[in-house]
Amino acid sequence: MAANDTLEGCFELMGGDFSNAGAASSELKSILTKLGISADIVRRAAVTAFEAEMNVIIHAVAGTMHYMIIDNTLTITLNDMGPGIESIELAMQEGYSTAPDWVREMGWGAGMGLPNIKKYADIFKIDTVVGEGTTLEIYFRLKGEKC
Amino acid sequence: MLTVSAIAERLGLNVVVKGDVSRTVSGCYVSDLLSDVMAHSKDDNLWITLQTHPNIVAVAVIKGIAAVILTNGRSPEAETVRKAEAEKVTIMISADGTFELAGRLYAMTKDLQP
Ligand SMILES: Nc1ncnc2c1ncn2[C@@H]1O[C@H](COP(=O)(O)OP(=O)(O)OP(=O)(O)O)[C@@H](O)[C@H]1O
Ligand SMILES: [Mg+2]
Repeated sequence: MAANDTLEGCFELMGGDFSNAGAASSELKSILTKLGISADIVRRAAVTAFEAEMNVIIHAVAGTMHYMIIDNTLTITLNDMGPGIESIELAMQEGYSTAPDWVREMGWGAGMGLPNIKKYADIFKIDTVVGEGTTLEIYFRLKGEKC
Repeated sequence: MLTVSAIAERLGLNVVVKGDVSRTVSGCYVSDLLSDVMAHSKDDNLWITLQTHPNIVAVAVIKGIAAVILTNGRSPEAETVRKAEAEKVTIMISADGTFELAGRLYAMTKDLQP
């Protein structure tokens, strides 16, 4: 693929749909692998996509995961309709979680998802409106990649 | 070099879903918190957990886990088995508790850990 080609796609996510959890991120991981993106970036992108996907499933009503590759940058955007985040500062703290008990029993709700995304992304932005929803933008630089 | 099948044999594990058991194991991670596994497990690790629900398969796929081991004789849920078969993720059961199994595995694999 030439340097200036755009490549993109989108997945639908449903809040509460634990049985399909991870389907979008697994698919994205295999798409990125097939594109010849380096294993390290694929690994990091897959972790961030999965944590963001889980947050929509756990905390929101519905959302989308969109990916785009342009100008040697991979952008993963998650957009949801949901409660929004009251304090981003609190949400970014490891261990802070509002997940209900039954979700914690599954091993989610450790309050590690957003810190994980921050750790693995090159750049990470949150935009949220309480009572409306949340948008996450996650960026990876693809310097020296084939595509 | 230890493969999943060699470990299964030496530890007497019950292989419930057989993915690629010829995979070479790079080490092991023990946790029941899924985002902790997302953060700290490495490619080709074994993952020891008590969680039996289908999301463990998604975590294993995303993180490139070589095999999942359930302890205390716990069985995976039916849906977990179905998903693991579809994704070719190996799931094994140990009669041991987590501490005993991790100890035995540590003795076998400590030379593999970074
Ligand atoms: N998409 C979202 N919509 C609404 N609230 C969110 C969303 N994502 C995160 N939050 C809020 O931020 C908190 C911290 O999120 P984070 O992903 O770090 O932890 P968690 O999802 O609760 O647990 P874990 O990720 O360890 O399973 C959540 O408990 C929730 O209150
Ligand atoms: Mg989370």
